[in-house]
Formats: sequence, structure tokens, C-alpha cells
Amino acid sequence: MAGGYETVIGLECHVELSTATKMFCGCRNEFGAPPNTNVCPVCLGLPGSLPVPNERAIEYIVRIGLALDCEIAPRSVFHRKNYFYPDMPKNFQISQYDLPVCVNGHLDIEVDGEVRRVGITRVHMEEDTGKTTHGSASGRIHEADYALVDYNRAGVPLVEIVSEPDIRTPEEAGAYLRELRATLEALGVSDVRMEEGSLRCDANISTRRVGEEGFGVKVEIKNLNSIRSLERALRYEQERQRAALEAGETLVQETRHFDEDRGTTHTLRSKEEAFDYRYFPEPDLPPLEPDRAWVEALRASLPELPAAKRARYERELGLRPEPAVLLASSTVQAAFFEEAVALGADPVAAANWITQDLAGMLNKAKVELAEAKVTPRHVADVVRLVADGTISATGAKQALEVALETGEEIEAIVEARGLRQVTDTAALAAWVDEVIASNPGPVEQYRAGKQGVLGFLVGQVMKRSGGSADPRAVNELLRERLSGG
Amino acid sequence: MTEGRDLCDRSASELAELLRRGEASSVEVTRACLARMDALEPRLNAYLTRTDDLALEQAARADERIASGDAPAVAGIPLALKDVLSTRGVRTTCGSRILETYVPPFDCTPWARLSEAGSVLLGKTNCDEFAMGSSNENSAFGPVRNPWDLDRVPGGSSGGSAAAVAAGEAVWALGTDTGGSVRQPAALCGVVGLKPTYGLVSRYGLIAFASSLDTVGTFTRSVRDAAVLLQAIAGKDPMDATSLPDPVPDYLAALTGEVRGLRVGVITEAFGEGVQPAVAAGVRAAVDRLADLGADVGEVSLPHTDYALSAYYLIAPSEASSNLARYDGVRYGLRVEGRDSVEMMARTRGAGFGPEVKRRIMLGTYALSAGYYEAYYGQAQKVRTLIIRDYDAAFARYDVLVSPTSPTTAFRLGEKVDDPLAMYLSDVFTIPANLAGVPAISVPVGLDETGLPIGLQLTAPVLREDLLLRVADALERELALDLRCPAIAGQGQSGA
Repeated sequence: MAGGYETVIGLECHVELSTATKMFCGCRNEFGAPPNTNVCPVCLGLPGSLPVPNERAIEYIVRIGLALDCEIAPRSVFHRKNYFYPDMPKNFQISQYDLPVCVNGHLDIEVDGEVRRVGITRVHMEEDTGKTTHGSASGRIHEADYALVDYNRAGVPLVEIVSEPDIRTPEEAGAYLRELRATLEALGVSDVRMEEGSLRCDANISTRRVGEEGFGVKVEIKNLNSIRSLERALRYEQERQRAALEAGETLVQETRHFDEDRGTTHTLRSKEEAFDYRYFPEPDLPPLEPDRAWVEALRASLPELPAAKRARYERELGLRPEPAVLLASSTVQAAFFEEAVALGADPVAAANWITQDLAGMLNKAKVELAEAKVTPRHVADVVRLVADGTISATGAKQALEVALETGEEIEAIVEARGLRQVTDTAALAAWVDEVIASNPGPVEQYRAGKQGVLGFLVGQVMKRSGGSADPRAVNELLRERLSGG
Repeated sequence: MTEGRDLCDRSASELAELLRRGEASSVEVTRACLARMDALEPRLNAYLTRTDDLALEQAARADERIASGDAPAVAGIPLALKDVLSTRGVRTTCGSRILETYVPPFDCTPWARLSEAGSVLLGKTNCDEFAMGSSNENSAFGPVRNPWDLDRVPGGSSGGSAAAVAAGEAVWALGTDTGGSVRQPAALCGVVGLKPTYGLVSRYGLIAFASSLDTVGTFTRSVRDAAVLLQAIAGKDPMDATSLPDPVPDYLAALTGEVRGLRVGVITEAFGEGVQPAVAAGVRAAVDRLADLGADVGEVSLPHTDYALSAYYLIAPSEASSNLARYDGVRYGLRVEGRDSVEMMARTRGAGFGPEVKRRIMLGTYALSAGYYEAYYGQAQKVRTLIIRDYDAAFARYDVLVSPTSPTTAFRLGEKVDDPLAMYLSDVFTIPANLAGVPAISVPVGLDETGLPIGLQLTAPVLREDLLLRVADALERELALDLRCPAIAGQGQSGA
């Protein structure tokens, strides 16, 4: 029966914190350094070395917990998670088990204009592992004849954020991850770059009949390297599970790997092959007992988070939900937008320019907004000059493109390139007449009653004017001449 | 007290005085120790690595420093370090094949402090593999022999350090004590062994056996020397998150010789079945002397002592199974190649670890595994809490507690190797202090009928090393033993 199934999704996200140093030693925490250059006896797990917690990392996880409305545990404990793997220097990972730093929070997401609340089960502190590269003549993992390990990442502070199974669709999962990324970015605690692995995500997905209270058989999906692959993998897995259940098959609890190229998932290991991590309290580290006054001070100093920002943009600045979501999800974009508004730009127009035209230009030029030559002043000027009729939308786009490239002021660009909108009837009339003369076919069609051709003729005039003509005036003038004919 | 002996047989305090007055040099004392090693090592096997050249270099530098008039108390006094304490540039094996070639790139904090203060390193001493054992027979590099009787064990796991100090192969030494590994060999070799409060001395660079129990302790020829050596290594270390922030008191100032009115509790459970009669008698006689000095002596029960051994043999192996996981052949130490990394790790560990280490890794892995954790590790932690409460109750009534250090004097090599349980029992009186984190000291109080040393253990509340040292020093002065092990007897003035 169609619609008889419901998908249940929970996400486990790993976030590398952007602290200056690693979690338990003084080594630098940076991405992309030459292999094994940011290492010391502690993060290499040399015999006799001991971990000492990074206070800044503890501050960051408490901020994350507060942003997600979690309870900050008065006492939390580090545990050892034991398993053998060459990229883990001690063959155990310092993590947390039954007493994490943060519990019982939530994150509100907006999907299709509706707000949904996703519970946060826990947020805990741990250390990252090194990275193994398998090498062989053929380049295939299963034919590898050696492995190289880079321990630069070993001991980087890592926070795991586990959601409740409150997510119902792949789109909601995507929205959750976007919202989480935006929140972490606003907190300034991580680079949140999925392509560099500073934000990683595993998904748990199961299927049950609508109305059922219990959960179906859970499948964990790994290797999700972008929000897009998260949504793709979940869509595939959702269909696979439904098809299996409809065919009367039994699903098995397992871990599946997402194949980016094929867009499918396949079995990685079954429940029986799962590790026994033999968790026990880390005897080298005393329990974490954060001072309440310190926690409250951190709470008071939290920045405005994306959800609040979004609400403010909609309520106070009159933005529609779509641009509000886009702007609020990026700290850089939001700050850029607010500065343009502060310079007098109309918020709705500025939001549209930033999230549509400018975003497209940046994307095409492969430039980050933070590094671009274009400034909020440029956007504010464009908005103002379009509003007062000095330039057309087309001219404005051209001016902004030049500004992005050169950083020149908009008004200088407008003057230098002759983008000032021509409303002078005499000048327009000359272009209009030329177009009528050189397009007898369309003119004939228009006169025969095909109104749609007018747009084509307006476009021809605009082209002839190099974008400087006022399209409204051209439109009127054309109608006048063609009907008067 | 030790005048007329070879330089290497004198106490550190006495030597410091000679050095200060210019009547002997550190180089001379060092040479005396090295000469004694040349003479006895073929029989004792107390050292795994000798650092003769380094020692003479450090001694020469110490002599200059002493001549300049401003040298710390430990300057120029030759020292031995148990081979689980990391030394930069000097091989550190843990008595194991798996680390046979491992050279640490950093110093453990206790040695870093001593080295800074002008100490002289003679070498790294033999021990049970990864400090797991009570007889030193679990060393991959052969057992250490007891200088009092070469057919007997020196105790363990710090057997090399104990034997070296007893035989004049070092003036003093550091060891580690996880369940008695300083105190028991000190007792069996007739020297003073101090295990400080957990967290008083940094564990940074101590190659872990059981992290929540491991402590760095001292082997010395006198209680005064123990006070001096502890002073040099104690105190907060930012590299060890479990090291205590408390200020370190002046331990020498505690040696008043005065015990009048001090409340001494004799532990009832420590004189039951399995205790060698001569040991019980020796300890009781010493307690009588404390009473003669005016101490207020009574009996006290630690009712959960019976469970301590079981709790220890769950907690220590559990932690060890995790601590020793890093020895996998990937980064350092022994590697035995395999078809893939899993086989390489398995073969490396199979070849690199000895039977006792494997036994404890298996025990600990089992105790932590899913479904058994609560029954074993969880239960053992509860026992640990009960033992702490036993001590709290006892210390409400007494300032220090007394027991034998070990149920017996030194036993014969091979006597207990095939019976791990009998071996484990030799730590029955020392383990509770590790579980509770309290300090304890072993002092020699006499010889048994076969001429083997008997050790008495004093235990004090957390961070009351001052009390331990005060009582132990008073007892040492009162007994005025002149212990000299037979291995030295034939040596004459070998250092001259």
C-alpha cells in the first residue's frame, strides 16, 4: 500500500574544532601540513606520554552544547574506546561514553516554510585519528602492498553530535546538516568544511509502518562527503528498504557504505562483525567539572545563531523565508548583507542581489565572498541606483560584475562604461526607429496582433543601447510607434 | 653510620656531606659504583643498560657545580632508574622484547628534575616485563638475583633497582609501585622503599602498567635519603593531569626522631595465615620499640583486605590491556612482518610479549568485554571504594598503620613461577595502599633465621609522607641496624 511506510533518520556528526592546538598536547592543529610534522610524544602515543586536556576545546564544546540548548553536565568523564587500527597511535581513542559533556538539546530546522524540532541526544568530546593512505602499483586498496600513516590529524579535538531519530525525510536530514553547519560556523568553533573532513556525518536510517511506535531495523550509512551525498544516499536507502519490505524480505542491522559514483549503498559489515570497544573510564584524565558561573558567562556571550537571525530577517527586515535562510546560514554572507543594509540599502533588494546575482557571479568566478573585491558598499550603491532609475537591472548586473573583478566604485563604473540609463526620448527614438527598420518581419507580426514579439523588439533596442536604455521607456515608445505606424 | 665502607655503600646524605666538604668527588663515587657493577653484574643482572660514559660526564659536571658552592642535595649522587622510566637517548625496554630497541625522545619528569639538579645516571635497571611480577623472573632479559642470597629472588617488579642499591651498584634508585613493586623488593633486599601518594610524583614518562595505580617510588639506604630523593621529584607537573597541585612540604624537617603520643595502628589482618613466623615476630618486635619510644600502639582492622587482591587483579590487568595495546609494531619497537597490518600486529605482539604479560592482557580484555564489565571491572571499582573507606575509618583512629611489607622474606628462584596465584599473594599487604592511593614505606627491621631481611610497612593518609618518614626515621635510629648483604662482603675497598 502506497504511503504505508515511514522513514526514521538520526544523524551522528563529527566536528573538528578549530582550536590552535590539539586536544591533549601542544601540537598545532592545522589542515594540510606536510605529513607527520605536527606530532609529539603525546599525539604519537609514545610509551609514557600522558594526555592533558585543551581548555579551549572544552570551552568550544560547552558553547556548542549551549547553542543546541543542551544541559551541560556538572560532571562528565572521558572513556577509552579500545580497538586496533594503524592510524590510532594508542590503539584506543579517548572519547566519552555514558557521561558526555552535553545532553538533551535540540535544533530547529525549516523545511518548506515549516519549522521542525530535531532532538539532540548528546554532544561529546573526543580525539581524531591519523590518516592512512594505501599504496600499490595498481592504486587499488585491496591490492595495496604498503600503507602510509600521517599522524598530523591524530589528537585533533573532535566533537560528536548525535541527533534523536526525529528526522523523517532525506530533505529534512539535509536541512538539519545545513542548520548544524551554519550554527557551528556562527559559533566560530570549526571550519565546518565537509570536503576537508572538518565536518563528517554518518546516518542511521530505518523504515516502519506509519503509526508504529517501535523502530525498524537500523542501517548505518558511512562515507557521506557532502550534504548532497547525504540526501542521495538516504533517498536510495529509503527506497531500498521500502522495496525490500514490500517484497516481504527481512532487513538486517548493518553498516553500509555509500558509493558516490553509483549513488547506491552496499554492505560494509554486519552487526555480528561489530567491534566490542571495551569502554572504561580514562584513568589518565580527571572528570570534567565545568564551573557553573563560567558556563553561564559562555551562555551570555553566545553570538546570534542562524535560527534567530533568520527570524529577525523575516520579521524586522521583511525578507521572504528563502533568502532569509540562505543569508542566515552563512556568517560571512549575513555580515555582508547587514552592512549593506546599514549603508542604506533596501533589505529585500539587497538580499536578492546578494543571494542570487552576486552568489552566481562568485560561484562562476570561483571566489569566496570573504576574499572577493566586492563590498557591501557596492551592493548598497547598486540597489540605490536601480531604485532611483539611474541604471537598469541589466546595467546594475554589469556594474557589479566589474566591481567584483576590479573593486572600483559603482558610480565610477557606471560613468566609465556608459551604463547610465537613457530616458531621453530623442536618443531612445533613434534606436527604436533603427530596430523597426531593420526587423520588418517581427514588426509585421506585431501589427498582425502577435503581442509577444514586443519583448524581442525591446531586447533589440536594449542591445543597441548597450544596456543603457530604460526598458520601460523603450516599451512605451515601441508601442506608440508601432500602433501609430 | 656507614663510615669505613666503600663510597658506593654509603648513604646519599653522608656522600653529599663528603662532596660538599671536598673529601670525595662525584667522579670517585661514580667510579666506585661502576667498579661494583663490574664485579657483581655477572651474578646479579640488576642492570639492563649501563650508561658509564654519561655517568662520568654528569659526575664531572656535578663536581664543578658542587665546587661553585650552590648545588642541590642530589647533585653528584649516582642513581639507577628502573627501565620503565623513559630517558631521552637511553634505551628503555620495560624488560620486554617488544621494546628491546626502543630509545625514548624525551625524559620522564622525575628524571628530568633530578638531571636538572645534577644527578648522575648509572643505568637502567632490570624489572619484571612492564612491571608485571613480584620476583623479577618475568624479565625478558633474565632474572635479577638477590644480593643476600644469589639463589633467591630480589622481589619485583623493581627488583633491579632494589638489588642495585642493596649491593652498592647505585647509591639510590627510582622504581615504580603499582601493587607493591617498590616496597616488596625493598623489603626482600633490606633497603628503604617509599611509595608516595598517587599523584604526588608525576607519571609523565613512566611507561604505564595500570595508570590509576602506578606511582614512582624511591629505593634508598636510609629514611633520610628517601626524604631527600622524594623532595627532588615531588610536586605538580603540567604534563600529568592526575598530578596533585598541593605544595610539597619540607620532608627533612619532618625527621624529628619524635614519635611520642603518635597513634600507631597494627593491622590485624596482616598477621594471619601465610605470614612467615619470623616476619610476624620481627615486625611485632619493631612495633614494641615504637611503643618504647612513646608511641600509642593499638590494633586496627581493615575488613575488606581480603577482597583487595581480587579487585587489583581485575583493575590492573584491565588498564594494562588498554595501555599495552599501542605496542603493535607500527611505529616503534619490535615488528614481525605479516601479510597485512592485522597479521603484522598479531605476530609482533605474539613474539614481543612474555607469558605473564599475555596472561594479564587476556584477563583485562575479558574483564572489560561487553556483558562482563559490570560483574568484573565495575565490581572491582566498588571494592576499591570500600577499601578507601576502610582506610578512612582506620585513619580516624590512628596516624599511621603497621603491617609486614611482604608475608615472607625472599623466596627461591623458580619457587613460584608455575603458580601465579601464590606469586600474586606476595603482594597481599602492599596492594591496598595502591587501590586507595595512600603513601606507604617499607623499612628493614631485622633478619630472619636464615639471614634474610624483613621489611616493615608503614601506611599514612594521603599526602602525609611527612608522618611516614618521621616514624620510619625514628624506628631506623632506634633499631640502628648495620645491614650489609653477603654479596658485598667479599668486595673489600673495591671502589678505591
